[in-house]
Amino acid sequence: MAISKDHLLWMYETMYKIRCYEDKMAEAYAEGKSPVFNIGAGPVPGEMHLATGQEPAAAGMCVHLKKEDTVTAPHRPHHHAIAKGVDLNRMTAEIFGKATGLGKGKGGHMHLFDPDVKFSCGGIVGAGIPHALGAALAAKKKGTDWVAVAFIGEGAANQGAFHESLNMAALWKLPFIVVIENNQYGISVPKTASTAVPSNDVRAAAYGIKGYYVKDNDPIDMYNVSKEAVERARTGQGPSIIEIETYRYLGHFQGDPEVYRDKNEVTLLRQKDPIIRLRNYLLNECGVTEETIAQLENKATFEVDQAYAFARESDYPKPEEALEDVFV
Amino acid sequence: MQQTKQRLLTGNKALAEAIRLEMERDPNVFVMGEDVGVYGGIFGATEGLFQKFGPERVIDTPISETAFIGAAIGAAAEGMRPIVELMFVDFFGVCMDQIYNHMAKIPYMSGGRVKLPMVLMTAVGGGYSDAAQHSQTLYATFAHLPGMKVVAPSTPYDLKGMMISAIRDDNPVVFMFHKTLQGLGWMDQLDASVGHVPEEAYTVPLGKANIVREGTDITIVGIQMSVHQALEAAKRLEQQGIQAEVIDLRSLVPLDKETIIQSVKKTHRLLVVDEDYLSYGMTAEIAAIAAEHCLYDLEAPVKRIAVPDVPIPYSRPLEQFVLPNADKIFREAIQLVNE
Repeated sequence: MAISKDHLLWMYETMYKIRCYEDKMAEAYAEGKSPVFNIGAGPVPGEMHLATGQEPAAAGMCVHLKKEDTVTAPHRPHHHAIAKGVDLNRMTAEIFGKATGLGKGKGGHMHLFDPDVKFSCGGIVGAGIPHALGAALAAKKKGTDWVAVAFIGEGAANQGAFHESLNMAALWKLPFIVVIENNQYGISVPKTASTAVPSNDVRAAAYGIKGYYVKDNDPIDMYNVSKEAVERARTGQGPSIIEIETYRYLGHFQGDPEVYRDKNEVTLLRQKDPIIRLRNYLLNECGVTEETIAQLENKATFEVDQAYAFARESDYPKPEEALEDVFV
Repeated sequence: MQQTKQRLLTGNKALAEAIRLEMERDPNVFVMGEDVGVYGGIFGATEGLFQKFGPERVIDTPISETAFIGAAIGAAAEGMRPIVELMFVDFFGVCMDQIYNHMAKIPYMSGGRVKLPMVLMTAVGGGYSDAAQHSQTLYATFAHLPGMKVVAPSTPYDLKGMMISAIRDDNPVVFMFHKTLQGLGWMDQLDASVGHVPEEAYTVPLGKANIVREGTDITIVGIQMSVHQALEAAKRLEQQGIQAEVIDLRSLVPLDKETIIQSVKKTHRLLVVDEDYLSYGMTAEIAAIAAEHCLYDLEAPVKRIAVPDVPIPYSRPLEQFVLPNADKIFREAIQLVNE
């Protein structure tokens, strides 16, 4: 399959940006939380689920999406949001609880909504799948070629919402794709202890739809598989499931003691980091220069820095604004 | 013996101890839920149990609440005594059919021939910026639906004693524990999350409120965090010469009306504080009880403090604005007494 070099460069920049973003978020989140870790303290309170290591899933799919396509994401949503083109400043401000945030400080990190680029996420496992199903239904009813993609973790594939939605999407032949990011753990429970099938793409057979599996967090393979699934969806050939074997470098949430996994596991995973692999691929196979790569990296870093500065400089909402945006 | 009496435990350790003691006593007791095994429960309610009892009796489940809560119903109908954890109460939406159409109704619909001696335990509460889908208490949602006991203890002593009662109870019991009263290492360290807990098994009755502070001028009724906030407010009220009586409701179903009524008859003023939403909630229920049973004993209208009917917002200034606190209770109580 022909791979667009522009697409690959976009993917690299996006993955790099996501990594920068999450690294910086890990630092910001840690502020004010020592010496005694208190989840509610510091400039970024509440739970924090970072996607460091899971960049290929978001970038490899979203490179094929346009603004009109819908993306729903789970409680670990930053990589999807960035890849879908959510306003980085307003997203960051939201996570800092500021008035300039996407939801004026009401939603926070697990509840980012940017209707401008048709992105949403939520804190209930599996709940975004039917929302994407509905967007796919709307796309078909409106006679557009838009698609809807639900990103989920492998744990969500054991929720009723997953099976019910796929059954309907298949029945109605909707432009609907579920991307399952198998990062091996649902919080502490390994996939082997929660699903009897080795990979969730085989579940596609239950609905008579297409199933794809991407091994080893491979960005190029994710790119190819997503391209096919999106084309199928756009041309009326119905839904697909993509499972990508991906890696969660960090705990389920920041502060997770990670008693359930060997510390070496992550060290080994980091040695085959997908960002480094894509970088090498661009340099060695695509004739991209170090200079071009450096430019992309600088651009990404600059954008991320800007977003954090914007968030920090923004004001908090006034307390009584808690009563706005809902009828009371 | 003296040392045992003085022993201090956090809320989560008290809960885990209750479950351990009952698992040792009765082989029919087992635990099931997400991350209850090696992890010990996200809020520590099953800490150490996996190591002691193994994966056959402390079962990590997939993220499939409808199936595993439904399975607890099926196992309970077979005479087992499952304790099943719904990680955050907010997640009830994905499995409410099993809870309220089945767990709560089968004993009744079967004419009492099917018993469901199960405990559904779940974490409630906000205050740490976890936003609208992870910070609710939802006391009234569960208390409204008949057929299940609903309890919400606020001290380590009661957490242990009421959990033992809940496990031994032949009815389904929804056991709510408040995250910030669990004594977790990653939350605000509250003194209230630590307390005296005897080592032996003991029971605290379900359906009995606790007068945690006696007073003569105003009755303040609270649940979990709002009890502790009320106690703090009561200290400050005392400096103003006001003696507040503070009631820890502990059980929402059955509700100990008598303790509330007797207290109102004594103090003639009632303030109800709830971390749940204001409308159609526990505050309304308790105000209605006062209206029905002791309206003429009241010297001022009943006052309520609760979340003002908005989802729990994320940003700290917004969340702190909507949640009850000791200041709000203090101000409201002063006004009420001077009315």
